[in-house]
Amino acid sequence: MMRFELGRRAALGLGASALAMPLVARAQAAPVKVGLVAVLTGPQASLGTHLRDGFMLGMRHLENRLGGRGAEVLVIDDELRPDAAVTKVRAAIERDRCDVIVGVVFSNILAAIMRPVTETQTFLISTNAGPSPFAGRGCNPFFFATSYVNDQNHAVMGQAAQDAGYRRVMIMTPNYQAGRDAAAGFKSRFRGEVVDEIYTPLTQLDFSAELARIAAARPDALFTFMPGGLGVNLVRQYRQAGLGNIPFLSAFTVDEAVLPAQGEAAVGFFTGTTWTPTLPNEQNARFVRDFEGQFNYVPASYAAHAYDSAFLLDSAIRRTGGNLADKGALRAAIRAADFRSVRGNFAFGANHFPVQDFWLAKVARRADGKFQTEHERKVFDNVVDPFAAECRMPAA
Amino acid sequence: MSTTLLLVQGLNGLQLGILLFLIAAGLTLVFGVMDFINLAHGVQYMVGAYFAAFFAAQTGSFWLALLLALPAALLFGLLLEFLVFRHLYDRDHMAQVLATFGVILVLNQGVKMVFGAAPLQVPLPDALTGGIRVMDGLLYPTYRLAIIAGGLATAGLLWWLVERTKVGMLVRAGATNAPMVAALGVDIRRLFMIVFGFGAMLAGFAGVLAAPILSVEPGMGDNLLILAFVVIVIGGIGSIRGAFLAALLVGLVETLGRSMMPDLMRLFLSPSEARQVGAALSSMLIYIAMAAILAFRPAGLFPVRAS
Repeated sequence: MMRFELGRRAALGLGASALAMPLVARAQAAPVKVGLVAVLTGPQASLGTHLRDGFMLGMRHLENRLGGRGAEVLVIDDELRPDAAVTKVRAAIERDRCDVIVGVVFSNILAAIMRPVTETQTFLISTNAGPSPFAGRGCNPFFFATSYVNDQNHAVMGQAAQDAGYRRVMIMTPNYQAGRDAAAGFKSRFRGEVVDEIYTPLTQLDFSAELARIAAARPDALFTFMPGGLGVNLVRQYRQAGLGNIPFLSAFTVDEAVLPAQGEAAVGFFTGTTWTPTLPNEQNARFVRDFEGQFNYVPASYAAHAYDSAFLLDSAIRRTGGNLADKGALRAAIRAADFRSVRGNFAFGANHFPVQDFWLAKVARRADGKFQTEHERKVFDNVVDPFAAECRMPAA
Repeated sequence: MSTTLLLVQGLNGLQLGILLFLIAAGLTLVFGVMDFINLAHGVQYMVGAYFAAFFAAQTGSFWLALLLALPAALLFGLLLEFLVFRHLYDRDHMAQVLATFGVILVLNQGVKMVFGAAPLQVPLPDALTGGIRVMDGLLYPTYRLAIIAGGLATAGLLWWLVERTKVGMLVRAGATNAPMVAALGVDIRRLFMIVFGFGAMLAGFAGVLAAPILSVEPGMGDNLLILAFVVIVIGGIGSIRGAFLAALLVGLVETLGRSMMPDLMRLFLSPSEARQVGAALSSMLIYIAMAAILAFRPAGLFPVRAS
């Protein structure tokens, strides 16, 4: 009996090592595996779809190669559930041997997978979520963001309101952490009077009562942060209530992910952003043209940042000569950000967050009847996020 | 707070109440007559809105969409009854809750697969795009007034159907004592089917009405369902009259609470605390109201079932 066991084990061992040999030899030629995390089910799935399509277009433009090596993308639906995200991402790293994890729309998902990914010394590149702790004290040598720190877009609108000379502004956001952060981000730059702050339940879809309060207060402008379907409802009801003459300043509220549903009602409304389809550079023109050609809708910043991330990975792997094993070299190569961004200016700061421009953008109707955001003016020029100073990047 | 603003908020509350009533009416009948807990009722509201979005995109007219969406919602309700709910009438409540919850998940995902995850919009009908200036700088959209009018008319029609027709009489009898009605030779299953289809159509109607002011998206009915349950519990299960009054009450309490609570809190607290506490309290308000009413009238305002 004992003998048989030993024999079987030995045979298994032999078999395994026989299998392992060619694997080692082929390692350099094996495709780079990218785990792409996005929310693809549930009410917020349209944002994840933008992200996925943007990255996939990037891979197509790169002919499915990253830095000269063949590449495979494993799409992971995080379901907007932190527990599901952690399980799936762990499996992607341990079972499917993903070399790098990219994506993530929502901050709570990013927070959940941050440790599981970085602890395995796998690089994690967020293409959208940018919670401030990870830009400050919680910065991590295995984490990069190609998007922004969440608060920055709100601060852009605060600065824009200040520049426009508004004296009395009303704020309305959903009553949860990100909503309160939005109000704080706006107030960090706006020096005028905040007439009132309205916090609505996250599940509330009808804003008639709040709109009446806004009309009664008669502010110079409204600042709001209403992501996804909330924004669709607010924008249309705002217009229907005849409040359109009060300037509508927002972040993550009017963008290409929701503009098809907001339509005409959103035209002329403002948003603070890193990117618009109209930014004049070659890389962006090609991205927008081919994206619409392939997917038949106008890309939002979720798609643009993901597209950039594909090119970032390509440049980094090219720099290391296809070597993913030397983490230090790979980190330096990512950090160099030696690629052409659809945003024009792009560099990484010491905290691995972008140093970039921020724009005031306005919603417009295009000649073909579709809607998009169009950049109006630059609000911040090559700005470093306000949390970078708190980051003491640990040596890996 | 000025009197005009108070009136405007009253109007807003009334309009929310009307929408709630259209959803709750079907729910209370299904629950009252069939003793059947249908969590999937909110999904029928969503399905109605999606039908409206689909037909509006196809025909380019809101009125045609409304005309087509109503029978579509009715058929869809009957289909669900035939495929799923029919097999659950004799099961206990837990089985009904589980199965209808499953229907919610399947349909929420189903509309996403058919129509995509992005919210859809339905344009306002041309005749009702304007608004009436109710106070300085604020228009009250004509369409919302039309919702109120349409909802009140539907409530009147429903009252007539339930109180003055033979089917209505059977429905009332069924809500009071279903086994007795069956014993008297009425085909209770057929009655159930009619009630169910009609309830689904009413919820679908609410969805069609809401589509031009709210975004049409997966899961849009889930929150309203909770409010609708509050309404039927306050109103008394099985009572149309109770559902009507409770829906208006819930609509008004919810809206007035939301608009006045932060100002009220400011009397005792600092502005930033008042905003936080006010927002929290106003979202609790209707549940507090429900608890208070049930403490005095455990069977709701207009109990139907013979105890």
